[in-house]
Parts: sequence; structure tokens; C-alpha cells
Amino acid sequence: MSTQPVILKARGAVARRQLFSRFSRYMFLLATAIPVTILLVLTYDTVQTAWPRLDWGIISNYPSRHWDITGYRPGIVGSLWILGVTVFASFPVAIGTAIWIEEFAPKSRLLTIVKINLANLAGVPSIIYGILGLTIFVRFYEMERSILAAGFTLALMIIPMTVIASQEAIRQVPPSLRDGALALGATRWQAVRHNVLPNAIPGIMTGVILATSRAAGETAALIMIGGFTFIRFDPGPSPADIVNPSAFYDGLRESFTILPIQIYGDTINSQLDFRHAAAAGIIALMAGVMTLNLIAAVIRERFRRF
Amino acid sequence: MRQLDVKDRIMKELDETLAPASRAVAADIIAPEPTPTEEAIRPPAEPALFRLRDLGVWYGSKHAVSEINLDIPLNRVTALIGPSGCGKSTMLRCLNRMNDLIPAARVEGRVEYHGANIYDRSVDPVEVRRRIGMVFQKPNPFPKSIYDNVAFGARVNGIKGNMDEIVESALRRAALWEEVKGELRKSGLALSGGQQQRLCIARALAVQPDVILMDEPCSALDPIATLMIEDLIRELVQNYTIIIVTHNMQQAARVSDYTAFMLAAEHGVNGRLVEYGPTTEIFTNPREKRTEDYITGRFG
Repeated sequence: MSTQPVILKARGAVARRQLFSRFSRYMFLLATAIPVTILLVLTYDTVQTAWPRLDWGIISNYPSRHWDITGYRPGIVGSLWILGVTVFASFPVAIGTAIWIEEFAPKSRLLTIVKINLANLAGVPSIIYGILGLTIFVRFYEMERSILAAGFTLALMIIPMTVIASQEAIRQVPPSLRDGALALGATRWQAVRHNVLPNAIPGIMTGVILATSRAAGETAALIMIGGFTFIRFDPGPSPADIVNPSAFYDGLRESFTILPIQIYGDTINSQLDFRHAAAAGIIALMAGVMTLNLIAAVIRERFRRF
Repeated sequence: MRQLDVKDRIMKELDETLAPASRAVAADIIAPEPTPTEEAIRPPAEPALFRLRDLGVWYGSKHAVSEINLDIPLNRVTALIGPSGCGKSTMLRCLNRMNDLIPAARVEGRVEYHGANIYDRSVDPVEVRRRIGMVFQKPNPFPKSIYDNVAFGARVNGIKGNMDEIVESALRRAALWEEVKGELRKSGLALSGGQQQRLCIARALAVQPDVILMDEPCSALDPIATLMIEDLIRELVQNYTIIIVTHNMQQAARVSDYTAFMLAAEHGVNGRLVEYGPTTEIFTNPREKRTEDYITGRFG
């Protein structure tokens, strides 16, 4: 009894499918390579342009008429204060909204409408939020063109995306954990507090930090609010004001500028050498945003212990 | 520890293998008119803990379970058996109001527990679930330490006392203490499937319930772990009332004192109680032809 050895070499349709599969791998590699290359080129170009001004003066000096000593201190301080206001104003509201939608809201048509609107709001151009902030906070609530008005405007802008990211994170928590807690006689709130939230926090933090990063780089909305000002002082409360609520509040009512707007101002300066300073400012902004992302990563890992 | 004999195991394997095929056949063979004959429902002559009266459950417009009348005795194991989609789990989840959590679910009729209707307006579902614990099909320990898993229920219910003792006693009663006593700080998810399920039982016991509902507690476990859980069930029934949903007829025969057989008109619709009585009678001398067909493996 002689049997022919089986031929296991791919032929015909199998060979074609395999070829396609191997080819697809390179397609995806290419898709990854394009943005990475662009990013590297941009970084190289920015660092090269910034080289003459890569010194601490770029973050510690006030703006100047001379490109070699000008700095972004008011913009950085302004950005930090505004981000602080934004974080405190938006995250409790956003995370609370997400918890309500996912855990407590009765499933109804109203809820569907709310959800759809949140998605739409996340896609509204930021200039629209600028106009909204100008109307509501600057004019109606008479906050003037202040840090407070700017912070609230950015809060409005990032609430929808924070809500959506938090909702997604909460939905990722297996329902069996919630059911397990409820079956033990936990209340809804206890199940959310002890079982849902701890497991959703990594996801929520990711969304929150991404939203903060977006707020940190936001320019258009704050030009509407009046961030395009030339300032030679530190906007916002001084460190000593922290113990004095009314002085603190007055500090938040000061006019402001922010880092992206200052950078933009320097890029359109008629003295071309200011682009060195602008590029250095961009690097400072990127370093700030990357620090935020690092913090997010650390928090994510800390909560992933089990 | 009781041993499964070889024949039992083979039967069990066979059951599980053939189940899908025979279920398909069953859909053709039986066009059930599941109105139970009077004699098929034999309420136990013991004190009842639960009395279900005309219990029905709707999922939206679907009548999942209807006209259930059942008395469940105190400190006994009652098994709910029947093919997939007959409403066993739905019925089980009515007993501690877990169906409240499904938005479209609606319950009609009465579930009396110690004589009180748990669907009464004045009843708080949290209070019900504290007294009536539940163990799920898939072990679902929290992503916390073993200790915190067990302590969780006691903590949320504000149970006072020495937490270490509460945890130890619950783990002992769940026959898990000896295996984990040195590593209580380890994650509950690091345990094996069978240990996880016993952890979930310990977690339920720590709340000091008097009933434990088990929804196919062994379906995700291997035979050895299954055996341990079954032994545990027999242990626990001295102090607790246990109601267990199972797909495994041998398991029902081994662990339960009473067995209820349910059947649905079609998958997930109109599940009804067909026969109820002492397990030995159900398995040796069923009154209903459909019960006999089911337990002898002619369908389901």
C-alpha cells in the first residue's frame, strides 16, 4: 500500500489569500510610518528653529521687543490658571453626567436625545464655544474678559467629550461586577462607588487628560474671550492670595493671555527672528501636554493593580 | 467527601454533549400545553420559606414566565431544572428582585418571603437582596483582594464586629479558608475558577443571608470543582435555604431535596412549572410524561 505524500505547500486560492495577508501587513506598517515620519520631521524642524532660544528665559521672562530675551511667562501662568478653572468646573459635572446616564437614568427617549446632543456638542467648532462664552460669561454674567470666563468657556467646550469618554469607560466595566455588588445588598450608589468607578477610573482619566490637553492647546475660543492681549505681569491670583478667598477671586477676574495665543502672536511678528522664540514656546507647550499625558499614564497604571 | 461514580460522570458528559442536538429535536417533538395537572405539583409538607403565587415575568411584550405557583421549603435545597429558555433563571432572579435591574422587565403576582410579599410597594429591594444572597453562573469576584471581596458585603451593609472574624468565618463556611488563609491580600481574580466560585459563596455568606440563590453555579467549572461546590451545598443547607438552577440533571439529583421542572412554549416565552415534588420522586417516578422525557434525556 503506497500513499502519495500530501503536498502542504500553498497553491491556488490559499496562496492568493496568503499573499494578500502578507501584503496587508506592509500596508498597515506604511499607515503607521506616515504619521510617525511627519511627526519626526516636524519635531526636528521645530527644535532646529528653536535652538537659539532653548533657554530657561523662554518660560521665565516677560514678553519683550527683543526676540533673544522675550519669554512666555504670562502666557504659561495664564494657561495654568485657566486649565485649573477648567478642570474644577468641568470634571465633576462631566463625570457626574456620565454616571447618571450610564447608571441611574431611566431608559427613555429623552435620554436618547441627551446622548445624541452630547455627541453633537463634542463636534461643535471651538470658535462657537468662544462666541457662547463671550455672550454668557463675559457679557451676561459680567465676568469681563477674565481668567474665570475663559476657564468656564473651555469647560463648556470639553464637557461633552469628557462625558462621552467617561461613559465609554463606565460601559467597559463588566455588568457582573455591578450585579455582584447589588446582589450583596449594596445600594446603587455603593455599587457605583466601590465597583464601577474604581474600574472605570483608568478610562475616565484617559478621557479627562485628553480633554485637558485639547483645552491646553485651544486658541480660537479664547481669542473670542479676549486672550489676545499684551501683558507684562503674571495673570491670576498671586501665590499669597491662596489663603485669601476674595483676593483669589479678584485674581481670577484679571485679564489674561495664554501660551498658544502668545506663540501665535510671535509667529506673525514682523521681526522674523521671533520665530526662534515661537518655536521654543511650542516646545514648552508640548512638554507641558506630554507631562499631562504622563500623569494620566501613571494614574492608569496605579489603578490597574488587580 | 462523596465520590462521583464513573457511570455518573459519563452520563453527565453525554448530557452536556447531546444537549444542543436534543434541544433542537425537542423543539419539534413537544408542542407543550404546559398547564400542569394538579397532582404534578406536590407542595412539600414542610414549612415554606417562599410562596410564589401566580408569578409572571414580562420582558417588554414577551411573557417569559407565567402562572408559577410554588412553595419552597425552609433549609432545603430546591433545584430548578428545564431546557434552556424555560425561565428558570428568570424565576430565580425574581426571588431577590434582581429582575428590577433589567429595564424592560415587569413582574406580576406575588413572591411571599416569610409571609411578606417582596414585590410590595413598601419593600426595599436592597433589604431583600441583603437577606437573599445570590451566586452567579460565571464566578464574578471583584477585582479586589480575597479579604476585601468577602468583607465587601459586610461593609456596605454596615455590619459591625471584628471584620477579620467575619471574613474567616465566611471563608470557613465556604470551605475555602484552608486554601487561602495565608494569602488573603492576593487578588480574588488570581484564584482558580472553582475557588473563585467558593469565594463568591463566601462573599454572599458574609452578609448573613438566610437564602442563597445559585444560578448554574457549576456550569463554568470542571468536575472536581463541581463536586466541591456540591458538597458545600449539602453542608450549607443545614443553615441556609438554597435554590439552585441547573442544567445538569445528575447535579439536581445529587444535591437537591426538591425539584421543580419547567418548560417553555418556545424559547424564552411562556415558561411554566410542569412538575414539582421531592427529588427522589421526580427522578424515579415522574407523574408527567414531559418530565420523564426530559430527565431520561429524550429531549432537552
